[in-house]
Amino acid sequence: MVKDKKDFLFMTVVYAFIVAIFIVTFYPFWNIFIISLNSAEDTLRGHLYLWPREFSLASYKQILTDSEIWMAIRITLLRTLIGTPLAVITISMLSFSLSKKELVAGRFWTLYFVFTMYFGGGLIPYYMVLKSYHLIDNFMVFVVPGLMNVFYMIIVRTFMQGLPQELDESAKIDGANYIQIFFRIILPLTTPVLATIGLFTAISHWNSWFDSYVFTYNPDLKTLQAVLVKILNQYQTGSMVGDAQAMANSAKRMAVSPDTIRMAATMVATLPIIMVYPFLQKYFVKGMTLGAVKS
Amino acid sequence: MNMQPKAQPQGSGTLAVKRNRGGLLDRLKEQRLLYVLMLPAIILTLMFSYVPMFGLYMAFINYQPGGGTFFEQFFTTDFVGLQWFEYFFTNGDFVRIMRNTLAQSFLSLLFGFPMPIILALMINEMRNGWFKRTFQTVSYMPHFISWVIAANIIITMLSSGGVINNILTGLHIIDEPIQFMQKGPLFWWIIALSNAWKDMGFNAIMYLAAISAINPELYEVAKVDGASRLKQMLHITLPSIKPTIIILAILAVGGILNAGFDQQYLLQNNTVMQYSEVIDTYTYKYGLQNGMFSYGAAVGLFKSVVAFILVISVNQMAKKMEEQSLF
Repeated sequence: MVKDKKDFLFMTVVYAFIVAIFIVTFYPFWNIFIISLNSAEDTLRGHLYLWPREFSLASYKQILTDSEIWMAIRITLLRTLIGTPLAVITISMLSFSLSKKELVAGRFWTLYFVFTMYFGGGLIPYYMVLKSYHLIDNFMVFVVPGLMNVFYMIIVRTFMQGLPQELDESAKIDGANYIQIFFRIILPLTTPVLATIGLFTAISHWNSWFDSYVFTYNPDLKTLQAVLVKILNQYQTGSMVGDAQAMANSAKRMAVSPDTIRMAATMVATLPIIMVYPFLQKYFVKGMTLGAVKS
Repeated sequence: MNMQPKAQPQGSGTLAVKRNRGGLLDRLKEQRLLYVLMLPAIILTLMFSYVPMFGLYMAFINYQPGGGTFFEQFFTTDFVGLQWFEYFFTNGDFVRIMRNTLAQSFLSLLFGFPMPIILALMINEMRNGWFKRTFQTVSYMPHFISWVIAANIIITMLSSGGVINNILTGLHIIDEPIQFMQKGPLFWWIIALSNAWKDMGFNAIMYLAAISAINPELYEVAKVDGASRLKQMLHITLPSIKPTIIILAILAVGGILNAGFDQQYLLQNNTVMQYSEVIDTYTYKYGLQNGMFSYGAAVGLFKSVVAFILVISVNQMAKKMEEQSLF
């Protein structure tokens, strides 16, 4: 395949670069993973590189018997399972209407939505408005504001505009109205792109921490990532005081340390993403490319 | 600005439009179901995007927590004009915040912009097979984890007993572990490299899509002429994706004030605050944590307006340069 010397040198450089990037991207995850599986006392000795030295599931046991974590998992799953389908249906209904050339004031409505991509009220007025809607400290704050997304609307609308016009022309002749055309004809044809935006929405639900952290005070409404922020903050202040000795002592007494707990919690929050997304890769690559064509 | 594709006819011309030529009311009546389908999105956007924009009026009054409901106070509290903006520009924070925001954005671009291009060029040179597929899967991975997880990972890797310090001391490059997270000026570089780490694989997808659109005959001709793979990359692949590069570069400049929130908020600590604080974290700190609501809103409004002007002018620039709109 590689015939002359120049190409051989070039390919060596290419693969060296790729391997370097591979390590830089993958190894941090691996490092966290092995620390989470190592015993707390042994972790303090440091120099964990490739494998756990003293295998222990104590941190996971600690995490998975914590009622706060289970509550957080429950809230996170709930918001993902409720928020994602509702967002997909809201966005696809809008995209359908905006994809119709005959829509009265279509340009106005497009501008109405697109403008919000470039200008917004910012965090403080947003908080105040949520408060006047009684959404502060309310589970619905995780679902309702996220039902609309202009960028996804553009992706779906572009896809729908690419569908053959004859499809709904003939349905119209058969006496179908717009809602019937949407649900019976257009929606089934749009599934690939709906899967893409659904995947993105679900991942952003799973990953979101800010709304839970800022817009809720009730500990029962904290999402998994918000709980992880709390653990991270505790660690950050802990290391600030330079309380390594206290941490060491507590680790000797207990099977777990703040460090290993933090790693285990990180893994619990990461694993679902890592497990789900390779299967859905083809969808987001398709979605990204569609978006790229537009922008 | 409008996001409609250029191909779309303006006004009449198509069959659909002609058939609906009646009066406006007739057409609206015929289309009422289209409006029904749009209604949820229209209301949601009004509630969560436009009402907060009107809420920006709070930047010109002295909003008091506990002094009546939010919208009531628009009429009951004193109008203070540009007082909050004056305060922002004169209290000394402005220069520091803008310095941090621009420095972090600029450094992030320095690493984050070329890396996906190089990565896409390299991936394109790889032979197809399981390693290429695995590599691409792994390269997107950091994009799909939250900044909370990323911050946990980064702080662990950079801690005094972390892998980076172990390697550096092991190679005798340094004698004592460096407290990376506690050195102010280093924070900018950490943010820039973290951004590049998290998004380079994902951002490479755009360039790979552009590369896949290149006519394969170009490479065939080059091969016949005896061009090496390096030459093919530099003289065919790279020039072919130049339009994509230019468009994304212009877009990136438009977003220069969006240095981020998550990464700074989650990676910072009190020792590096002088270097870590950017507009968005500052707004949050003063507006919500310290209860200076109107001040926070004013700083946010300043940012929104400048960012908006930047994006619009950058779009004009792009139009002139490429005859290709961003919208």
